Amino acid sequence: MTETSSEFLTSHKPQQQLAGVTVRLVGDSGDGMQLLGSQLTSVSALAGNDVATFPDFPAEIRAPRGTRAGVSGYQVHFASEEIFTPGDGLDVLVAMNPAALVTNISDLKPAGIVILNSDSFEAKDLKLAKLEKDPRQTDLLKNFRVIEVQMTTLTRKAVEGTGLSVKEADQCKNFFAMGLVFWLYGRDVNPTLRFIDSKFKNKPDVQAANRAALMSGWNFGETTEHFASTFQVPAAKLKPGTYRNIMGNQALAWGLMTAAQLSGKTLFLGSYPITPASDILHELSKYKNFGVKTFQAEDEIAAICSIIGASFGGSMGVTTSSGPGIALKGEGMGLAVMLELPLIVVDVQRGGPSTGLPTKTEQSDLLMVMFGRNGESPLPIIAARSPADCFDAAIEAWRISTQFMTPVVLLSDGYIANGAEPWLIPDVSIMDPINVAHPTAQNGSPFLPYQRDENLARPWAIPGTPGLMHRIGGLEKEDGTGNVSYDPVNHQHMVNTRAKKVANVANVIALAEVKGSDSGLLVLSWGGTYGACHTACERAIASGKSVGHVHLRWLNPFPKNLKDIIAQFDRVLIPEWNSGQLRMLINSQFDVKATGLNKVQGKPFSVTEIFDEIERMG
Amino acid sequence: MATDLPVLKATDFASDQDIRWCPGCGDYSILAQMKKILPTLGVPREQTVFISGIGCSSRFPYYMNTYGIHSIHGRAPAFATGLKCTRPDLSVWVITGDGDSLSIGGNHFLHLMRRNVDLNIILFNNSIYGLTKGQYSPTSPMGKITKSTPMGSLDFPLNPISVALAAEATFVARSVDSNIQHLGEMLTRAAAHKGTSFVEVYQNCNVFNDGVWDYAKEKAVRGQNTIELEHGKPLVFDDGKQGVRLIGFQPEIVSLDKTATDDLLFHDEKAESPALAYLLSRMRYPAFPEPIGVFRCVERESYETQMADQIDLAQKKKGIGDLNSLFNSGDTWTVV
Repeated sequence: MTETSSEFLTSHKPQQQLAGVTVRLVGDSGDGMQLLGSQLTSVSALAGNDVATFPDFPAEIRAPRGTRAGVSGYQVHFASEEIFTPGDGLDVLVAMNPAALVTNISDLKPAGIVILNSDSFEAKDLKLAKLEKDPRQTDLLKNFRVIEVQMTTLTRKAVEGTGLSVKEADQCKNFFAMGLVFWLYGRDVNPTLRFIDSKFKNKPDVQAANRAALMSGWNFGETTEHFASTFQVPAAKLKPGTYRNIMGNQALAWGLMTAAQLSGKTLFLGSYPITPASDILHELSKYKNFGVKTFQAEDEIAAICSIIGASFGGSMGVTTSSGPGIALKGEGMGLAVMLELPLIVVDVQRGGPSTGLPTKTEQSDLLMVMFGRNGESPLPIIAARSPADCFDAAIEAWRISTQFMTPVVLLSDGYIANGAEPWLIPDVSIMDPINVAHPTAQNGSPFLPYQRDENLARPWAIPGTPGLMHRIGGLEKEDGTGNVSYDPVNHQHMVNTRAKKVANVANVIALAEVKGSDSGLLVLSWGGTYGACHTACERAIASGKSVGHVHLRWLNPFPKNLKDIIAQFDRVLIPEWNSGQLRMLINSQFDVKATGLNKVQGKPFSVTEIFDEIERMG
Repeated sequence: MATDLPVLKATDFASDQDIRWCPGCGDYSILAQMKKILPTLGVPREQTVFISGIGCSSRFPYYMNTYGIHSIHGRAPAFATGLKCTRPDLSVWVITGDGDSLSIGGNHFLHLMRRNVDLNIILFNNSIYGLTKGQYSPTSPMGKITKSTPMGSLDFPLNPISVALAAEATFVARSVDSNIQHLGEMLTRAAAHKGTSFVEVYQNCNVFNDGVWDYAKEKAVRGQNTIELEHGKPLVFDDGKQGVRLIGFQPEIVSLDKTATDDLLFHDEKAESPALAYLLSRMRYPAFPEPIGVFRCVERESYETQMADQIDLAQKKKGIGDLNSLFNSGDTWTVV
């Protein structure tokens, strides 16, 4: 049950009930498809559906209009049951031009609905899409229900009288399409009208035009004979509480702010803009009134170094980046391992190598963050599994980092960073504090900056404290005093101690949990593949297969019981968006020969891909 | 200054570590002057932090009984920026060399200057790579024969003072390792300036580049080869026998027998435009006496102060942030 406050327009046409729907909205990268998708996500979440999304856009800001390279898409899956993925096949495809249509139609389920802007199928549009024939006159669409709507014409008509030029009027057509989709699925237009009012509050003509376009799209659905009925997706039975819709990068930023409050520390973010991590920098920059300090550094190296300086001073340093930036930060991360200072390095992974696929997702930085530094330089690694989970993962990374005096890598990826889902809003006032202590002034006995506690963590002594003056640096240091030491035995001891300290993290993190069977086939996953793996395993278990699923949160160290769990199963399947990086770690640490399911296409797994592999493995 | 702080001596700033620079290195003199001036600043040792990069000069923090970080090559300004932004109460010093700051760390050097973070950066310029045993540096002259340039260096050298001025530095000075009184004055002035204070120190590497600054160091000749800048004073050198005047945009050496002092170029370290300071930075030996002293000292609000001001302003306008109300703002729904 959900409570909604505002009244909304309801169609007079008959309603058909559905358990879930997957809609993909595709158009030019300047057509506002991301905006359309995020609004559909919000209103579906507000309607009480569970929601999962998959924005998919090109790296170019504005690729040439109408071309295949410029196609930007946003997929929304909303359902009356708990869901974990943005959906495999599409029920509805909304295509704003021929390029968008032909590059996406293959994902539409048989008998699915395709809604086209029929005004954009002129000869020049077909040429831009490199099409010799109008796809509407080919077999391409024969298995689908095609609904052609003159969106450009109807939008221009709708916004007449607002004073907008034709060009400006045409920019409103995403709101027309939105109105039609909202009508089709009985979505409330009010939150989007409020959004328009707020976003365009300084441009009353644009505000009025977008409102008109949205309502015109809704009314078109109500009056056209294309649709005999609307579809209703009832509210999902989610855990009681207050929810909001949240994106991964936003949840990660909010998690960091929450950890700052729970630990009583200043959050200092040193970051250099990079796709797909920049939104964390943008988000945190907004909250200066929370005391958050953000610093846009001159480069990735300065970003990591600035946060080491901040952590040395007693603040909590965080840097956010993606693969190419993490590669540049390697030396700084190594220094942080050596200095044994707490800080968090966030890697929102994208397709690589090199510049790779900046806007597409991948999990191919695991071995880089694990081993990509000179010398023996272990550090703990945690991976978020979904957009909302980025909040909890950030807090956990902070907790471990301060408890063990070590840099921690927090892995996210482009899929969960830009994806959105409902988030059960926590009450910060009842969350566990993160206890951080600094040694206080002392006289007499010399201060030992590398004296260790039961976790092997050293004290976090900060400048300004009398009697604790000490110098730390990248040269190997004598245990205890921290003085420069080239002693061979001491070096061995320090290498072992730093490794043992990171291994000790396993003493405090949660044990791995097996979902499903405790023998047969183990599906072992990590990071953003969670939703697809979870759903595929549930489906396999429901069909009577002996399948267990473990989703890893910590990649270094592994949970203590992982060895025993792996030993229980005959076979292990590790699906990853890389060529087998977790598999390499697992096969080298445990007595097992795991099988990989590896996809490196810049796209997440579909549930079917994993389910089929489970079937194949028996 | 009325204070009940304990009176500290230079030796109070010495750490218990053995100094490992080569005997005769110019670094000893700079270290000695630093220890001498620090007690005069009234800043407690625990409020003082030295941050260095990599190179001979960058061992400096280990020898100071203050807080310190011996960081990675070229990046000391970035560590110092993060520290100062979060701890404006600390007195932060960056110790660097010509390779550290102008080669591998060139980028951070520029951005430190333009941001005007309130810290002091002392560049030990010996015109050579010492710790890696004698390759040419970004301040080595063209044609310099070194291990990596057996036929002479092809790189046109950088002028650290010109670079600092081009990067919008608000305090720029030069001194010489062996001119201890002048060096002490420059370090004291750097400490007093609010904003990034840059001091280039001519430092002799007696192992790999011995004598490179002799023209500016040797008592017999330094009077003719250097010119001490003083704010509001004419440019006079060589025991008052010679001066510098400006012809158009060009400096010219004149004999004071023939030219009145009033016709000389007068130094103005507070000039809003860095043009004069830049012109002075281009006066190089042997064509000109090389200026030592403060080239530029102007006021501009420091970076960390502005960062703190934005937080104050945001908290005044929006109130101190509350996470629960942030999370529950905007569109939410309740499942019962």
